[in-house]
Amino acid sequence: MVDTSSQNSTKKPSAEAPTRREVYEAGIRRRANRIALISTVSVALAIVVLVPLAPGWDAVQRAFFNGRVFAATFPGLLDAFLLNVMIFAWSAPLIAVTGLAIALCRDARAPALFPLRLLGTAYTDVFRGLPVVLVIYIIGFGVPGLGLPRPWNSPYIWGTLALVLVYSAYVAEVIRSGIDSIHQSQRSAAASLGLSDRDAMRFVVLPKAIRNVVPANMNLFIALQKDVALLSFIGPVEIFRQAGVYKSLYANFTPYVGAALIFLALTIPATRYADYLMNKQNRART
Amino acid sequence: MKLLANTALALAFSATSALAADHGACAIGKTLTEGMLTIATGNPAYYPWVMNDAPESGEGFEAAVAYAIADKMGFSAEDVTWVRTSFDEAIQPGTKNFDFNMQQYSITPEREEMIDFSLPYYTSAMAVLTTQSVLDTGAEATLDSLMGLKWGAVATTTALPILSDVIQPESDPLLYNDNADVNAAIMAGQIDAALYDLPTALYLSAVVVEGGALLGQFPPEQSERPDQFGLLMEEGSPLKECVNAAISELTESGELAAIEAKWLAEATGVPVIE
Repeated sequence: MVDTSSQNSTKKPSAEAPTRREVYEAGIRRRANRIALISTVSVALAIVVLVPLAPGWDAVQRAFFNGRVFAATFPGLLDAFLLNVMIFAWSAPLIAVTGLAIALCRDARAPALFPLRLLGTAYTDVFRGLPVVLVIYIIGFGVPGLGLPRPWNSPYIWGTLALVLVYSAYVAEVIRSGIDSIHQSQRSAAASLGLSDRDAMRFVVLPKAIRNVVPANMNLFIALQKDVALLSFIGPVEIFRQAGVYKSLYANFTPYVGAALIFLALTIPATRYADYLMNKQNRART
Repeated sequence: MKLLANTALALAFSATSALAADHGACAIGKTLTEGMLTIATGNPAYYPWVMNDAPESGEGFEAAVAYAIADKMGFSAEDVTWVRTSFDEAIQPGTKNFDFNMQQYSITPEREEMIDFSLPYYTSAMAVLTTQSVLDTGAEATLDSLMGLKWGAVATTTALPILSDVIQPESDPLLYNDNADVNAAIMAGQIDAALYDLPTALYLSAVVVEGGALLGQFPPEQSERPDQFGLLMEEGSPLKECVNAAISELTESGELAAIEAKWLAEATGVPVIE
C-alpha cells in the first residue's frame, strides 16, 4: 500500500495543485530554514557583541585590526602578492607535467621498465614524506652552495624546483588514483580495437582518468597558492615576508590580517569552483 | 611586611647610594613578581650581547647592562629571573611574561605607538657584512659601489629601512628569517652583502661566515635616525620611569660606557662609508 501511494504522488504532475505531502514537506523546509537563519544570526550576534566585551579586546583590536596600519601597508602587500601569483603561474604547469610523468612511470607495466616504476615509487615516497619547508631549505640553499654562478643560483629557480618536487609527488599520486579508477576492461577494449598500450593510455585511459581527478587536483593547487609563501624562507619578498617586515616596523600584526584577506580573495573562489566541479561530477555519476 | 623585608634585603645587598634606594622604592609593586625583576631576552641570545646563551652569568653586553639596571632599580643579582621570547611574543597583545625585554630592539616612532621603549642603552653603527671574494671583485666602501651589490638582510630588523632609504640598491634585496639564513645565502653566493648592527657584523665576519669581511660602516653620527637600542615594555608599563631613571644614571656616571668598552669590540678599523 505504501509503495503504491508514493508512486502515485511522484507520478502526479506537481505543477498542478500540490499534494498534501508536498505541502507538509514545504512546511518542514520553511521551518528548517527559519531555524537555520535564527541560529546563524544569534551566533553572529553573540560573536559581534560578546568578543568586544572581553577585557583585552581593545589591545587585540589595536594589534590585529588596526585601521591606520592596515591602510599604510595594504598597497605594499598587494604589490608583493604579484610575486606570489608569478611564482604560482610558472610552478603550476611544471608541477602538472612532472606529476603526470611520475604517475605514468608508476603505471609502467612492461617488465623492462621496472626501474622506472621503482623510481616513480621512490620519488613519491620521499617527496610526499618531507615537509615542504625542509625541501625548500635544502634545495634553495644547498644546490646554489655547490658553487653555481649567478644567475643560476637564484632562489627563485631552486625554490621553484623544491615546490615542483614536492607538489608533483602529490599530483602524481592523485593522477595515479585516477588511472587506477579506469577499469581494466577499458584497456582490453582498446587493445581489441587494435590500439597499442601507449595509444590506449593516451586516447582511452588518461582522458577519463584526468577528468575524474580534476577536483582533487584543484585542491592541491589551492594548497600550492598558500605554500608559495614558503619560498620567502630563502629570500624572495612575497606577501607573507612583506607582511612580516611591516609587522616588525610597526610592531603590529595587522599586516598579517591584510595578507590573509588577500589570500582568501583568491582561495575562496578557487575552493568554491573545486566544490562546484566535484558536485557536477557526483551528479554525472548518479 | 614580607614585601618591606624583601625590599630592605634588596637594598642592603645592592650596596648603592641613597639615590639607588629611591629607585628601589620606585619599582615596588610594579614588577610581575613582587621583589623579583623578570627580564626577557632572545632564544637563543646571540654573542656579543649575551655570552654562551647564558644571560644569568651577566656576561655579554646586554646581560651586563641588564644586571646594572637591575642594581640601580634595587634588585640584587639573585632577584633577577630570565625568560625567553621571540619578537612576536614581545609585541603580542595581552599580559606579558616579562618586566622588560632586551634583545637589540631598535627604537622607532612607529613601534612606539604599540609598545613602550626605555631610553636607549646603546647606539649602534650599521655595518656591511660581505665576503673576501666580493671584495676581490672590486666592491668599495662608497654608496655608488654598494648600490650595485645584491643585498640581503634579516626581515625583522631596522636594517631594512636603512637599506632602502640610504643605499637604495639597484635590485630588490632578499630577506631572511634570521642571521643563520642570511649567512647561508651569503655562502651560497645568492647575496653579496648584508646589513647588520656593527657588533653583530663584527662577530659574524670573524667567527661565523667563511671568508667573511666588513666592507664598511655607517656611523650613528652620520645618520638622521640612528639605530638606538631600548628596552621593550608593555605599553603604559608603570616600570618605565624607574627603568629610565636607572639608565640615565648609568649613562651619566659613565658605567654604561665602561660596560660597552668591556664587551663590545673597538670598531675603529672598519672604514666609514661616505
